[in-house]
Amino acid sequence: MASVATDMPMAAADRREGRIAWLLAAPAITLLFLFILLPTLAVVVLGFTDFELGYGGFRFVGFENYAELVSDRTFRRSLWNTAVYTAIVTPVSIVLALAIAMLIEAETRAKAFFRTVYFLPVASLLVAMATVWQFLFHPTIGPINTFLTQLGIAGPNWLGASGTVLYGLSIIGIWQSVGFNMVLFLAGLTAIPRELYAAAEVDGAKSWFDRFRLVTWPMLGPTTLFVTTISIINSVKVFETVKTLTEGGPNKASEVLLFTIYQEGFVYLRVGYASAMTVIFLAILVVLMFLQYRVLDRKVLYA
Amino acid sequence: MTAHSLSLGRILRFTLLSLGALIFLAPYIFMISTAGKAQSEIFSSSLSLIPEHWSYVENFTKALSRVSMPTLLLNGVIVCAMIFLVQVVVAIPCAYAMAKLKFRAARFMMVLVMLGLLVPIHATALPLYVAFDRLAVLNSYTALVAPFSISVFAIFLFLQFFRAIPDDLIHAARLDGMSEVGIVARVVVPNAWPAITAFAIFSVVAHWNDLFWPLIVVTNQDYATPPLGLLSFRAAEAGDDYGALMAATLIITLPLVAAFLLAQKRFVEGITMTGLKG
Repeated sequence: MASVATDMPMAAADRREGRIAWLLAAPAITLLFLFILLPTLAVVVLGFTDFELGYGGFRFVGFENYAELVSDRTFRRSLWNTAVYTAIVTPVSIVLALAIAMLIEAETRAKAFFRTVYFLPVASLLVAMATVWQFLFHPTIGPINTFLTQLGIAGPNWLGASGTVLYGLSIIGIWQSVGFNMVLFLAGLTAIPRELYAAAEVDGAKSWFDRFRLVTWPMLGPTTLFVTTISIINSVKVFETVKTLTEGGPNKASEVLLFTIYQEGFVYLRVGYASAMTVIFLAILVVLMFLQYRVLDRKVLYA
Repeated sequence: MTAHSLSLGRILRFTLLSLGALIFLAPYIFMISTAGKAQSEIFSSSLSLIPEHWSYVENFTKALSRVSMPTLLLNGVIVCAMIFLVQVVVAIPCAYAMAKLKFRAARFMMVLVMLGLLVPIHATALPLYVAFDRLAVLNSYTALVAPFSISVFAIFLFLQFFRAIPDDLIHAARLDGMSEVGIVARVVVPNAWPAITAFAIFSVVAHWNDLFWPLIVVTNQDYATPPLGLLSFRAAEAGDDYGALMAATLIITLPLVAAFLLAQKRFVEGITMTGLKG
C-alpha cells in the first residue's frame, strides 16, 4: 500500500478488487437500506405526524404524539406490564436454566435425553403450545386446577382474571425460554477448564458451593451477561402468547408493548401514534444494548 | 463414605432432573392425551391421561376438515425456504467481500450491520406495511418474505466464520484462475457449512414461529403460515372444542419437533453457535 506510485499494477489490482467487493456487497447494501435503515428513519419521522392509514394527507404535529403517550393510560399500563413480565421471566428463566445446565453437566448417563427434553419447547410452535397452555390453565377443566382441587386448593382463573393473567403468561414465557438459555450455559460450562476445579480444591474449596462461587460463577460471567441481555430483549418483545391467549385482557391487565403497538398501528390504523410508540420501543432496545456493552467493557478490564 | 454420598447426590440429581423434565413435558403429554378425548370426557375434568373412548379419528378429521393443514404447512415450508435462500445468497458474498477483499467500505458496512442488529421487524413493520399497502403486495409471498431478505445477523455470523478461512486457500484459487464468484461458490461455501447449517436452523425456527409479521400482511387464508392458520382455527372453534384444537396443535407442532428430534445435535449446536455469536 505504501508503494502506490512505484507499483502501478498492484494499485490497479487493488482497485479491481475493490470494484468486485462493491459488486458482491451491493445486493446486501441495497436491501439493508430498503428494509432496515429507510423504514427505521421513516418510523421516527412518522412519529411526528398524525398519519392514519386510509386518510389521504397528514401533517407534522411535533411532539404531540409523545405528549399524548405520557397521559395515555393504556400505554402506561402496557409499559408497566411489560416491565413486570420481564422482571419475572428473565431472572427465573436464567436461574432455572443455570441450575438445569449444571445438573445436566454433572449427569453422566442421560445427558442427551435431558438436554433434548428441556430444549423441546424452543423447537415447538409457540402459538400452538400457547393453546395447549390455555387448556392446562382452564379454570374448571384444566389439569392444573383439577390437580390443585385434589390437593384441596381452589385454583385461580389463571388467564381470565386480571390479578393472575401476567403470572400465567410468565409461566409460559419461562417454560419456553429455559431451554434456549440452558444450551448457552451448557456451552459456557464445557468451556471451563477442568484444572481450575482441581486448583480450587487444592486451595481449600471443599464444598460444592465453594467451587461454584470461586470457579463456575466467575468463569460463566460473559455467558451470564449475554444470556441476561438476550432474555430481557426477548421478554420485552413478548407478543405471540398475548395475541393468541388474552388479546391484552382482561381489562388491559395483559397489555404489553408490542401488542399495544400492533393494536394502535394495524387495527386502529393510527400509524403516526403507533410510530411514536415504536420509537420508545426502539429506545428501550438501544438502552439495553448500550448497558450490555458498558458492563462487558468493565468485565473485560476486570478479567 | 465418599462413594455413598456420591451416589446419594447422584440419585438426588437424577430425581430433580426427572421431575423437571416431567413438568416440561406435561404440555406435550396433555396435548397428545386430549387430542384423543371426546368433548364430554374433556369436560368431566378427570386427570386420567388415557382416553376412555379413543376419539383420535374424530378430532383429527375435524381439525383437518376445518382448516387446510396441507396449505398451512406448505406455506410455512415455502416461506421459510425462500427467506433462508435469499438471506444466504445475499449475505455470503457481502460477508466475503468484508472479510477477504480489499474493501474500503468494510468498516462502514460493519457499522451498518451493528445498527441493523438492533432493529427488529417490530420496529420497521409500520412503514413497511404502509409501503406494501401502497404497492398492493399485501397477501402475497413477496410480502411475507421481502422484509427478511436481508439478515444482518447472517452477515455478522458469516463474517466471523470467513475470517478464519486461510488467505492462502483463496490466493491459490485465484492463481488457478478462479473468479471471485467462483471462489465464493467453490471455496468459501464448502468451508462454511457449519455456519450455514447453524444459520439455517436459526432462520427456520425464527420464521416458522413468527406470528407478528404474517398477522400484519396476510388476511387471505391462502397465504397463511402455520401460526396464523392456527390462530384463525382457534377463532372459528371459539376455543371450546379442545379435542379438535389439540389435534390441530399436534399436527402443526409436529414437523419442526420431528426435525429437531431427528437432528437434535445439529439443532443444539446451531442454536448455541448463533446464540453466542449474536
